[in-house]
Amino acid sequence: MLEMNHVSKLFNPGTVDEKIALMDVNLHLKPGDFVTVIGSNGAGKSTLMNIISGVMKPDAGEVRIDGTSIGHLPEFRRSRWIGRVFQDPMAGTAPHMTIEENLAMAHRRGQSRGLSIGVTASKRASFRKHLERLGIGLEDRLRAKVGMLSGGERQALSLLMATFTQPQILLLDEHTAALDPARAELITRITDEIVRDMKLTTLMVTHNMEQAIRLGNRLIMMDKGRIILDVDEERKKSLTVEQLLGEFEQISGHKLSDDRLVLG
Amino acid sequence: MLDFVMKLDGPIELGLLYALMALGVYITFRILDFPDLTVDGSFTTGAAIAAILITNGVNPWLATLAAFAGGMVAGICTGLLHTKGKINGLLSGIIMMIALYSINMRIMGKPNISLSQEEIIFGSIDPIYIMLVIVIIGKLLLDAFFRTDLGLALRATGDNKRMIRSFGANTDTTTILGLSISNGLVALSGAVVAQQSSFADIGSGIGMIVIGLASVIIGEAVLGTGSVFRTTLAVICGSIIYRIVVAAAYEIPWLEASDLKLITAVIVIIALVVPTINRAMKQRSQARRRSIELLAAQGKSKGGAL
Ligand SMILES: Nc1ncnc2c1ncn2[C@@H]1O[C@H](COP(=O)(O)OP(=O)(O)OP(=O)(O)O)[C@@H](O)[C@H]1O
Ligand SMILES: [Mg+2]
Repeated sequence: MLEMNHVSKLFNPGTVDEKIALMDVNLHLKPGDFVTVIGSNGAGKSTLMNIISGVMKPDAGEVRIDGTSIGHLPEFRRSRWIGRVFQDPMAGTAPHMTIEENLAMAHRRGQSRGLSIGVTASKRASFRKHLERLGIGLEDRLRAKVGMLSGGERQALSLLMATFTQPQILLLDEHTAALDPARAELITRITDEIVRDMKLTTLMVTHNMEQAIRLGNRLIMMDKGRIILDVDEERKKSLTVEQLLGEFEQISGHKLSDDRLVLG
Repeated sequence: MLDFVMKLDGPIELGLLYALMALGVYITFRILDFPDLTVDGSFTTGAAIAAILITNGVNPWLATLAAFAGGMVAGICTGLLHTKGKINGLLSGIIMMIALYSINMRIMGKPNISLSQEEIIFGSIDPIYIMLVIVIIGKLLLDAFFRTDLGLALRATGDNKRMIRSFGANTDTTTILGLSISNGLVALSGAVVAQQSSFADIGSGIGMIVIGLASVIIGEAVLGTGSVFRTTLAVICGSIIYRIVVAAAYEIPWLEASDLKLITAVIVIIALVVPTINRAMKQRSQARRRSIELLAAQGKSKGGAL
């Protein structure tokens, strides 16, 4: 489904500020894989996401989706295959537009946009159904401006907008990190439900170790631009947070440092 | 006073003529969040194209449409400078405004073209009625457009570029489109103003951007900004109110015609500064109330401990 071969990315090459964000990363996801990603600050997790979605171009290596190389495509053309939710709740929605208008824009992901009416009666009915499944009452506020919603509500809406058109790949970059624990748990639960129901191939960066072990069928650990550990479904079932941290120290030679680290 | 009210049809007519320009400014400043200064040039471009075509015997309605198209081309140029040339938005507009001065001069061939002997769109009907129809049609078309898929993408481009890009819209294209519609409307306004006043002048667009901005701000302050439908209506009313304010200012004997631009600048300054001061005062009084509350609560808990 998703293939990354020998992908590298440097920032400020040749200067004193040189940063190795990714170094010869190889990653292959099978259809339906739900992979959690952990790693210290600056390990390259966000860079990995940005290179898949086309926000940045890799310095070397290639990215393929369904066998086709997409390295040359700009971000807006890749959106046909890729759904994303950002860490910042403000980032995934248009605040001065209504919930139904936001959904209508997401509904046309990757299709051409012409002069047909954005929010029709039949679309509105289907939006309502989708919102009902979130279970937080947004279905009654279709005409409310998104700017009026709380961070958690907005993140739930972003998640729905990113997924309800069935993208081939779903990228979640710490999408619960800016929320309080209760809301973060709610969004995590909704994420798990949606991803499993729709069998979406998903990469989820998280700073919550317990969550990283509990969710998904595979776990990868990154450090200094490399994937240093790849845990399969079988091993993941019996893995504990202590084991995971121990393993990290052993391989990388230093403690896992993440300013947003949550053990569980 | 009654005398003044009786004479209101003049300002209302002017307000409607310039409302098209104000709608254009609304699209760039408010919807696209792009401070576009092309307006000063493209207004004159509209007047120039309409005037030169009409004096050469072209049907005035066709000439007016051609002015709209000319404005759109100007907007596309500004958009290309900004998106493809990566030039700062303000600067792109200023560059186009300067370039258009020469282009407008080329179109007109001389600084002033008289239309008093020509057939114009207003013919024998009072311009106020024709303008009312044109402005209402323009407004409704705009409202409808901003509800289409493309229109939504354009609005999102000004609201959250990153988000709409992640859903596959090309924000360069939507920015260019918004600028072209905006400057098309501005040029259209230039074309109808030239016909109503019977001449096109190379300097007619100077200061237009501030007048447009004043209309948008006044309208929003009076009528609010709930939806696109409401805001476009507000902008049109703002344009009319602006003209009434200007007419009232003329009643003051010691003011001169050339003071108009200063008055406009003052209106925009007041409109921009008052909300900021209001917000600051509200915040301060809220902070004061809150600190008194907190202090009282603290005093109580201390009292309890003793
Ligand atoms: N635009 C940029 N310019 C320069 N350096 C950058 C840029 N983006 C990232 N980096 C650097 O690249 C490295 C990887 O950053 P990245 O954001 O991918 O880390 P991360 O794993 O997402 O970290 P975090 O857990 O803090 O989100 C870091 O050293 C970072 O400082
Ligand atoms: Mg990151």
